[in-house]
Amino acid sequence: MSKMDQEPFVKLEGVKKIFKVGDKEFLAVQDVTLDVREGELVSIVGPSGCGKSTILSILSELHPATEGKVQIGNEMSPFTPGKDIGMVFQKALLLKWRTISDNVLLPAEILGLPIKESRERARDLIEMVGLGKFADAFPQQLSGGMQQRASIARALVHDPRLILMDEPFGALDALTRERMNLELLRIWKESRKTILFVTHGIQEAVFLGSQVAVMTSGPARMAAHFDIDLPEPRTLDVKTTEKFGAYTKEIYHLLGMD
Amino acid sequence: MTGRGYLYAVAAHVGFILFWQLMVIVADVPSYILPSPLETIAEITDSSYNWWTHTWVTTLEIFGGYTMAIVVGVALAVLFVWVPGLNASLMPLLVTLNMVPKVAMAPLFIIWFSYGIVPNMIIAFTICFFPIVLTTYRGLVEVEPDLINLVKALKANRWQIFIKIQLPGSLPYLFSGMKVAAILAVAGAVVGEFIASEKGLGNFLLIQQNALNTSAMMMALLLITAIGMALYGFVIALEYIFITRKGIKT
Ligand SMILES: Nc1ncnc2c1ncn2[C@@H]1O[C@H](COP(=O)(O)OP(=O)(O)OP(=O)(O)O)[C@@H](O)[C@H]1O
Ligand SMILES: [Mg+2]
Repeated sequence: MSKMDQEPFVKLEGVKKIFKVGDKEFLAVQDVTLDVREGELVSIVGPSGCGKSTILSILSELHPATEGKVQIGNEMSPFTPGKDIGMVFQKALLLKWRTISDNVLLPAEILGLPIKESRERARDLIEMVGLGKFADAFPQQLSGGMQQRASIARALVHDPRLILMDEPFGALDALTRERMNLELLRIWKESRKTILFVTHGIQEAVFLGSQVAVMTSGPARMAAHFDIDLPEPRTLDVKTTEKFGAYTKEIYHLLGMD
Repeated sequence: MTGRGYLYAVAAHVGFILFWQLMVIVADVPSYILPSPLETIAEITDSSYNWWTHTWVTTLEIFGGYTMAIVVGVALAVLFVWVPGLNASLMPLLVTLNMVPKVAMAPLFIIWFSYGIVPNMIIAFTICFFPIVLTTYRGLVEVEPDLINLVKALKANRWQIFIKIQLPGSLPYLFSGMKVAAILAVAGAVVGEFIASEKGLGNFLLIQQNALNTSAMMMALLLITAIGMALYGFVIALEYIFITRKGIKT
């Protein structure tokens, strides 16, 4: 079977989410349709309040979808809720009283995985995200970018099939953010994970994703998809290509920002 | 605190005592108004005052009431978090009760519990348990919502969230409550002794007041302060081990 006609790993079809607060109803998002192949990195970009985080919370089973079809996993790669989800948020959300290695271990503890193997895995992951020297440090002793690296290691420790990232680099300075983008691509290649990457940054979305889903607000919905055909491996040079400019321009246009 | 910080702190204390001694000499204050530090300290050698009995009784009352406050306070805060209805009804009541001047309730306690070491412990307990409940409760509920989302996505159960996130996360809050409570516990025990007691440094203060024995009163005050400092120092040491050492800001 070729890669193209393989069943998608994540499949959303006509998903709609309505939040009920008291007896009032709020439409959070609608028309969400998305196919993500296994091992793909897909960006979701859009303005504030258009429902990006809501999509991730549906996928992590925090909230059920009100309407539509949600399917994760396929015959070749079955999906176990809980065990197969790793999350990274804008804040690193590390536990202040735990060392970096104990922080990374948290999902393994919650899932009740064998602690010895998990420790080894945690150590390797900490090495992989470049924090080898800081395994026994406390989060407060690390910079924002380093803390975010630790939270990425934490999202990988239980070897989940799907990583959900909600504006993971949104709180970082521009330079650190660019560096983290490159790091993420490297980690993605090494770990072969399926990643959904939510961002406000159009450039970031195009640079990272093999596919970009564009969301608009008023009404909040998924408006368009772009297959991003840029040279691999992606290096910073990609950003100066004509194609890169064309993609970003089109998305800016879609969001009514030109 | 840095090495230099300690130096400044010690210097300030020594300076204060020197200033006190100097003032007594220069202004020629009669010693029944303000005895000098040396006169005050000299009282400790007078064994007829039974210093150690009084100090021991007051220490028991303070530590007893304080320990009770921590146990009951933390237990209540945990209960409030686990039983939402309880929080909604009892928390406002607690806030109201906290407004009642506990010192003014002490005479009532004498009627209810008679007098002695245990009633004074109860007064110390009542006065210092509110800050423990309030701060611990706040610490338990103030968790980053996304952190809860993160562990819920891993299907963490309520107990895991409580043990791994809420409880350790509330420690810095508990310690800030414990520091306030340490000061209140000392005040509570002494007030209890003022109102009715046969022993303890508060009781001793009243008796020496009748005799206008100011230097013995000052010595009693020093001993009460020392007990308070010991308790506070103990709390600070625990806080260092669990919080400060890890670079956690409170
Ligand atoms: N638990 C909830 N209860 C009620 N309404 C909610 C809830 N969560 C989200 N919403 C609403 O759903 C809409 C989409 O929110 P969402 O957080 O998904 O947006 P977002 O695209 O992630 O925004 P941002 O970029 O600011 O993070 C918003 O109008 C929000 O107010
Ligand atoms: Mg969001």
